[in-house]
Amino acid sequence: MAAARKLPFWADNILLPALNLLAAFVVSGIVIWALGDNPFQALSLLVQGAFGYQEAIGYTLYYATNFIFTGLAVSIAYHAGLFNIGGEGQAMVGGVGLTLGVFAFGPHAPLLGVFAGIVGAALFGAIWAFIPAWLQARRGAHIVITTIMFNFIASALLAYLLVGPLHRPGGQMPESADFPAGTALIHIHDLLGMMGISYDNNPMNISFLIALLCAWGMGFLLWRTRFGYELRVVGKSAGAARFAGVSVSRMTIIAMMISGALAGLMGLNELLGEQHRLLANFTLGYGFVGIAVAFMGRNKPLGIILAAILFGALYQGGTEVAFDIPNFSRDAVVMVQGLVILFAGAMEHLFRDPISLLFWRFAERKAA
Amino acid sequence: MKKTFGRAVLSLAASIVMSVTAMAADFKPVVLYDIGGKFDKSFNEAARVGADAFKAETGIAYREFEPRSETQYEQALKRFARRHADLIVAVGVGYAVAVRNVAKEFPNVKFTVVDAIVDLPNVQSITFKENEGSFLVGMIAAMKTKTNSIGFIGGMDIPLIRRFERGYKQGADYVRKDLTFTENYVGTTPSAWNDPIKAAELAKSQYARGVDIIFSAAGPSGLGVIQAAKDAGKFAIGVDSNQNYVAPGTVLTSMMKRVDLAVHRALAQAKDGTWKPGHTVMDLKDGGVDYALDKYNASLITPEMKAKLDEARAKIISGELVVGDVAGSNTGR
Repeated sequence: MAAARKLPFWADNILLPALNLLAAFVVSGIVIWALGDNPFQALSLLVQGAFGYQEAIGYTLYYATNFIFTGLAVSIAYHAGLFNIGGEGQAMVGGVGLTLGVFAFGPHAPLLGVFAGIVGAALFGAIWAFIPAWLQARRGAHIVITTIMFNFIASALLAYLLVGPLHRPGGQMPESADFPAGTALIHIHDLLGMMGISYDNNPMNISFLIALLCAWGMGFLLWRTRFGYELRVVGKSAGAARFAGVSVSRMTIIAMMISGALAGLMGLNELLGEQHRLLANFTLGYGFVGIAVAFMGRNKPLGIILAAILFGALYQGGTEVAFDIPNFSRDAVVMVQGLVILFAGAMEHLFRDPISLLFWRFAERKAA
Repeated sequence: MKKTFGRAVLSLAASIVMSVTAMAADFKPVVLYDIGGKFDKSFNEAARVGADAFKAETGIAYREFEPRSETQYEQALKRFARRHADLIVAVGVGYAVAVRNVAKEFPNVKFTVVDAIVDLPNVQSITFKENEGSFLVGMIAAMKTKTNSIGFIGGMDIPLIRRFERGYKQGADYVRKDLTFTENYVGTTPSAWNDPIKAAELAKSQYARGVDIIFSAAGPSGLGVIQAAKDAGKFAIGVDSNQNYVAPGTVLTSMMKRVDLAVHRALAQAKDGTWKPGHTVMDLKDGGVDYALDKYNASLITPEMKAKLDEARAKIISGELVVGDVAGSNTGR
């Protein structure tokens, strides 16, 4: 089969994604045209809105930060052969942990509050992933089902907390009180300002750097340590791993907890970085999109970062288009995003097979 | 020489005139809707109608945005504030904290927030006495019910919506004391505004328990109540916009909350420079709330009913009849 043949690195990682994107944009363009708008204007606004100026880049990377966290979360579980669909719920509960940490220590020592928030986010996310993991490892309850259901439990729990114990005094909406003064992650533009570089205000904060660090950490863990090797063996063949003396259930639980912790860290960017309070629905589907990010990024840290930036750009650029073209509603934005996921993720073989066939023929001719 | 000078003066004058008109045309208003979206046939749609009326009168286009979740409130506000919007009208109680945060950060941008109170020098807050309008529709329900049982379905359970319920009950009590009330809320989070299916289920169960008229203060979810009323052959009372046309003969009346007037007024004031920060309450007296009477429900409201309603309205306006409010809601009085 031609598709099975390996493609050169550049074709696999640059040419194919570019073709997929192009196809998605062509189809989106046709739909936009059918809606009565100028597709070139819409798409150029999208690109311009995502990368065109300093603030846009900041926003793009701000959204990308969320996707890096959730993408990594899906990916590490996937390497252990587990399909974690609970990133959304783990991020919600992580947000609760973050809020509790910040409120516990923040009023006395803001810096300690920030650290407690980071630890709380990771810890609560990990705990929320532990329960399905334990059920899978010890009781055989399928992780896909349990993690999906835990999303609903998490969302109900969050709503309960925000309407009850954590409710903002005097407020009407389900949101917590503001985080104590000073408990916030520093913005990148402030950081650059300190170094004497002026950069437009934008919500990108140091959680982007934390996300990059996590990506590097995951790469190191998976491909440079014994633990990571064992984890990948469990993912490739649980039987082989068991035969080699690796405890599959232990690996399942640990991989899921790391996954949950990564998903929980998403709250750093949204809550500690930008909103400065806990909100219902702050996860906004990032946990689910993380699945697409992980698979588009081929489950490799660098790939995930690039895929996350692509999704960040689609979010940011798409919102920008919705701002500027009145007819281009929020639903049209979702459509463009959906087409990109469809072509880049689900219909990947549409171009992969013909192109690898082409390469194969070319190589044969050369050999002959 | 003289000629050129004259021409120069003329072109200068022309350019001044042009720049003045350009300045007027440069008024850049923004309307931010709540999650229901601008076509919700209710609260947000009223805001859109107000903004469209302003656009039709002045030819000034407005920019708008429909957030997908509550995290986008602040992002949208900030983005437009940075892009030199002259006035940002944020429609919905959810914007309270977001407007406060962003208005502090951008003291030179004007903000108008509907349904919430933000006490800052560059924010205009507009709230409504929904209890007064609800009082009138409560009277209508009490006069119309045949089963002596009327219902209420609220969207998100917050003091603001409790105020609708309170006024509705008082209005019904004002007519007769022997009624049974049934009330339900769709939920406790903003998604409760956007859940017509659950609202319809709640309505069905109320109708099954003998209720024959339901007032829904639930934004887009209320459309589910109207559908359930239509299916059951009972009555529903619409909210915010005039929803009588949605199902003629089924929608008994609508408690109109004139968000359109509020939005239109804020835009017009900001354009001609009379915009002022502070808190405004729109009530029955200034037409901020009322019940809807048009060709779709004229046959349902008898002249006797109308006479009683007019009498009660006059009493409320004169202050003789005070409609109670709910603690924690935001009339600010």
